[in-house]
Amino acid sequence: MNINDYKGVFVFAQQVDNKVASVSLELLGRGKGIANDMNTTLTAVLLGHNNDEMAKTLIQHGADKVISVDDPMLEVYMTEPYAYALTKVIENYKPSVLLLGATAIGRDLGPRVSARVHTGLTADCTGLAIDEENGNLLMTRPAFGGNIMATIICPAFRPQMATVRPGVMQALAANADAKGEIEKFELEIPASCKNVEILEIVENKPERMNIQDANVLISGGRGMGTAENFGQLEKIADLLGGTISSSRACVDLGWTTPDRQVGQTGSTVRPNLYMACGISGQIQHLAGMEDSDLIVAINKDETAPIFNAADVGIVGDLNAILPLVEKKIAEIQAAK
Amino acid sequence: MNIVVCIKQVPDTTEVKLDPKTGTLIREGVPSIINPDDKAGLEAALRLKDQYGAKVTVVSMGPPQADAALKEAVAMGADQAILLSDRAFGGSDTWATSTVIASALKKLDYDLIITGRQAIDGDTAQVGPQIAEHLGIPNISYAEDIKLEGDHIIVKRKYEDRYHIIKCKLPCLITALSELNVPRYMTPGRIFDAYRNEELATKVWGVNDVPVDTTVIGLKGSPTNVFKSFTKAPKAAGNVYKPDTAEEAAQIIVDKLQEKFIL
Repeated sequence: MNINDYKGVFVFAQQVDNKVASVSLELLGRGKGIANDMNTTLTAVLLGHNNDEMAKTLIQHGADKVISVDDPMLEVYMTEPYAYALTKVIENYKPSVLLLGATAIGRDLGPRVSARVHTGLTADCTGLAIDEENGNLLMTRPAFGGNIMATIICPAFRPQMATVRPGVMQALAANADAKGEIEKFELEIPASCKNVEILEIVENKPERMNIQDANVLISGGRGMGTAENFGQLEKIADLLGGTISSSRACVDLGWTTPDRQVGQTGSTVRPNLYMACGISGQIQHLAGMEDSDLIVAINKDETAPIFNAADVGIVGDLNAILPLVEKKIAEIQAAK
Repeated sequence: MNIVVCIKQVPDTTEVKLDPKTGTLIREGVPSIINPDDKAGLEAALRLKDQYGAKVTVVSMGPPQADAALKEAVAMGADQAILLSDRAFGGSDTWATSTVIASALKKLDYDLIITGRQAIDGDTAQVGPQIAEHLGIPNISYAEDIKLEGDHIIVKRKYEDRYHIIKCKLPCLITALSELNVPRYMTPGRIFDAYRNEELATKVWGVNDVPVDTTVIGLKGSPTNVFKSFTKAPKAAGNVYKPDTAEEAAQIIVDKLQEKFIL
C-alpha cells in the first residue's frame, strides 16, 4: 500500500428513515477543520435510497462533495450490503481519513469494513487532530472506564478510520448558499449481500428528548433526595427548551431511566447549559459532561469535585434555590 | 450443534482507581472478571445447550492467567476451553486480535459464534464483527434476545431507538449485550471438574498451533499503535459562591444564563 495514493477526508453519512444522523453533521463540522489542516477536501459518503434531499443537507453542513450510493437495498441498514458499498467507495476513491459515528450502525459497519480493507480503526474517539510533522491523524479516546486517555495513530495503513462519539464534535450551522458537488456512484450490489432477513422493525423511542440532542440539560444527582424532586428539574428544563438528565446513581436508585444517564457508562453530552443539581461529580460523570459550554453546579458539599468542573458553583440547598430559579426564568421570559 | 463463545478476562474497571498524586492507574488489587457482555454471551450459549443440546467451546486470548476466566466458564457449563496465549500475540490491536482468534476458530467446528459486544477495559466493540469478517460469515451485533429456529437464528438486534428482528442462516456470529440475560452461577461440582477433570483441562494454543500469518499479528503487525496516553487535565476552576440566601443564589444563576444568552 502506498499511503500517498490516499487523499481527502471522508465522513460516512449515516441515515435512518431517510434522515441524516446528527452525529454525521457533527463529523462534517470537525472533518472540515481536519481537511483544512491537511490541505484537502471534505467528502460525505451517503448510502441509502432516494438520497437527493439528504445530499443537499450534507452540502449545507460543510461537505465539499457528496458520494451518493442510491439503492433500495441500502434503504434500511443491514451489515453486508453497507459493508460492500462502503468498501467499494474506499477502493475507488482512496480516502486518507474515514470517520463514522460511534452509533449502533457505525460500530457494526466500521469494524467489518476495516477488517475487509485491512486498516486500523480507532473506536469511540473524543478528539481528532492532525500531527503537524507527518500529517497523521491523531485519534484520542478514553480507556479504562474514562480513567485514562490514549492517542492512537495508524501510520502505515489507509484509510485512517475512526468512530467518533455522538455529541463531542460541533456541527456547523446550515448554510443554504453552500455549493458542493453531488456524485452518484453507480454500484451493482450483488443479491448475495442480503444474507439476513429483517422480519420486523420495532420502535423503541424514548418519550423524552434524547439527552445528546438537548441544548439545555438540567441534571440531577443523589443530592436530589427523591425521585419526586426531579419534577422541579423538569419544570426548569421545559422553560429553557431542554430536558432532564442524571448521574448513574439516580439510575441505579430507579429515580431516572438509563436513557437519562450522563457519563462514561451513559452518554457524552455537550449542551450549551449543563446544570448539575446535587451531583458530586465523580470522574466517570465528568467524562460525560465536562465539555459543556456552561456548567452550573449546585451542591450542599463545598468539597464536591463537581465544583472543579463548574463555571458557576453554588454551595447551597437546591430545594430552596431551584424553585426561585424557575420563578425568575419565568418572569424574564414573560417580560420579553 | 457447536457453539463457540469468545470471552475476555478484564480488570473490573469499576474498581480501578487513580493515584491522586501521580494521576496513574492503580492496578494492584483490582480483581479480574469475565467481561460482562461476554458472560451474557456464554449464558445465552448455555441456554441453547440446555434447550437443544450443543457442545459449547470457550475461547480466550490472553496471558496464562486468563485461564481463570476459562475455568469459570467451564464451571458454569462450557464443555471445552481453549486459551490462545503466546508472546507473539502480545500488543495486538483489534485487527490483529481478531485475526489470531479467527485463525484459531478455523480449526474448530462451529455453527454459531457468540462474542460480547465490547470489553469494559477497551470499549471498542470491534473484535466480534472483525472475527466474522475474517471468517467470511454474517454478524449480527448488539443482540438482546436470541432464538433458534431450525438452521436459522432469530436475533433481536438493538439500535438507539428501535429493534430489528433479524433472521439469519447459520453459521453466523452474534455479539451479545449484557441485557441479554442474567448469567448463572458456577456449580460446586463443575468447579471441581474444571480444575480436576483432565478432559476439561484448558488447551493452550500458541502461535505454532494456529494457521496465522505472523507478520499481521502482535504489536508489529497491528495497524494501530498507541502514540501516547495521559490523564485528563481538569478544566480550569470557575467561581464558587456561598450565597447567604436562596434568593441570592438563584439570582447569580439567572444572571449567568442571561450573560450567556441562554435566557
